[in-house]
Amino acid sequence: MFDDFFIRALIAGIGVAFVTGPLGCFVVWRRLSYFGDTLAHSALLGVTMALAFEINIAISIFIISSVIAIILVKLEKNTNLPGDALLGLLAHSALAVGLVVIGFLSFIRFDVMGLLFGDILAVNVDDLIIIWGGGAIILIVLKIIWKPLFASTVNYELAEAEGLNPDRAKAIFTILMAAIIAISIKIVGLLLITGMLIIPTAMARNISDTPKKMVIFSICGGLLSVIMGLFSSLQFNTPSGPSIIAAALLLFVISLFKVKQTIQLKN
Amino acid sequence: MTIENNVLVKLTEVGLKQRNKWLVKGVSLIVERGKIVTLIGPNGSGKSTTAKIAIGLHKNIEGNVEKFTDKIGYVPQKISIDWTLPLKVSDFMVLTDELDEEKINEALKLTGADHLKNQNLGNLSGGEFQRVLLARAVSKKPDLLVLDEPVQGVDFTGEIALYKLIKEIADKLNCGILLISHDLHTVMTATDHVICLNGHVCCSGTPKDVAMNNEYKLLFGEQASQTLSIYEHKHDHVHSNDGDIKKN
Repeated sequence: MFDDFFIRALIAGIGVAFVTGPLGCFVVWRRLSYFGDTLAHSALLGVTMALAFEINIAISIFIISSVIAIILVKLEKNTNLPGDALLGLLAHSALAVGLVVIGFLSFIRFDVMGLLFGDILAVNVDDLIIIWGGGAIILIVLKIIWKPLFASTVNYELAEAEGLNPDRAKAIFTILMAAIIAISIKIVGLLLITGMLIIPTAMARNISDTPKKMVIFSICGGLLSVIMGLFSSLQFNTPSGPSIIAAALLLFVISLFKVKQTIQLKN
Repeated sequence: MTIENNVLVKLTEVGLKQRNKWLVKGVSLIVERGKIVTLIGPNGSGKSTTAKIAIGLHKNIEGNVEKFTDKIGYVPQKISIDWTLPLKVSDFMVLTDELDEEKINEALKLTGADHLKNQNLGNLSGGEFQRVLLARAVSKKPDLLVLDEPVQGVDFTGEIALYKLIKEIADKLNCGILLISHDLHTVMTATDHVICLNGHVCCSGTPKDVAMNNEYKLLFGEQASQTLSIYEHKHDHVHSNDGDIKKN
């Protein structure tokens, strides 16, 4: 009925949605959207490194994003600049340096658009293995650090005072962020990854009253967005990555009516 | 790990310096099982800092902290819950520990907050939230309770009832309590050992000793010494949460 590439795209998108749901919740709760953006921008540098040294793209992105995250933490400690300025500095520097390096690699044919906005229809079986294998690892690790991470998101001092280890949980979460960006870059591209993390979660926030529900709705929202986005891109011949994000936006707008209702109920 | 003489935490000459200013210096104290130690002092006297040092929240401190337990219940002075996090009281109760339904209910009932169980944390009033915080800290049956102004925002009658409750908890759980308050009135009646802080230990001892101490009088004024006598009287009835009045 459908072509193979479309089935592969669906499987890849669904795999990513399962992981971006719970991670996205923490991105929203901990106010890390711009942090996610910065890591995503640095992914471009990761891709150029992969092409230059002929290593796996996902692994290369993962390494570069982790390095950028470490540099950010060091800069936060050793300068008097506010966090958002440092994030902007790193995001755009990484993007610029990445593009400059691409300039030097003129001998390589290079699809910048696919990198920026995703190329889900070009997903191959190797990519699927990386997405589902890596995604499973991310979810398992997240499950393990859930308690300290969640407790310290609510209140850092409470978590630390009562014997959980919030600093370690935070460090591990940063690595998970780098990992999700590495595995999902091919789906929505580096400019739209943060959208995939945040928009379904924002939709979920509108319709949930407990953290557990928010995670579940966030996953559902991501899955729906992927499915709706892919089918509509097939139907209307629109770019798939942006179609997925546009579908997520549509779900968010619908969820606003629910918020309006609850606010009215309160009054 | 041996628990000598029931000591839960022992601070020896601890101090903390931040931005070239000593927040506290040379503070020594011991919290023992079944005892309530109260820190009093004016704003900025280092009460919260001392409590945080005791539970290991401050790094780079001077002096020595010996902790003989990991089961700590903590009620911080200030806590703000973000609206981005949908959190019910029942979720908040299991934040750092797994608890069964029964224990959650029991703890909430103890602090008079059982009717709030399914409320969203963001919708609670200051006093209600404080009761929930206290319930959460107590529910895991800790060895050491660190309460940083646990009754702030609680109404006056509730305040007295909660202080009474804190005393009961210390006896029932046989845990040590490190209590912070700048509310002299009620504190003085329900504590075993008072430490009066003002960047350093001004004076310490039993409530009576401290109330008579000259440095204490200098710090809080002559009137403060009278607080003991003011509160040595009893009410003949209590008010429950639904507004009912019960005779004792």
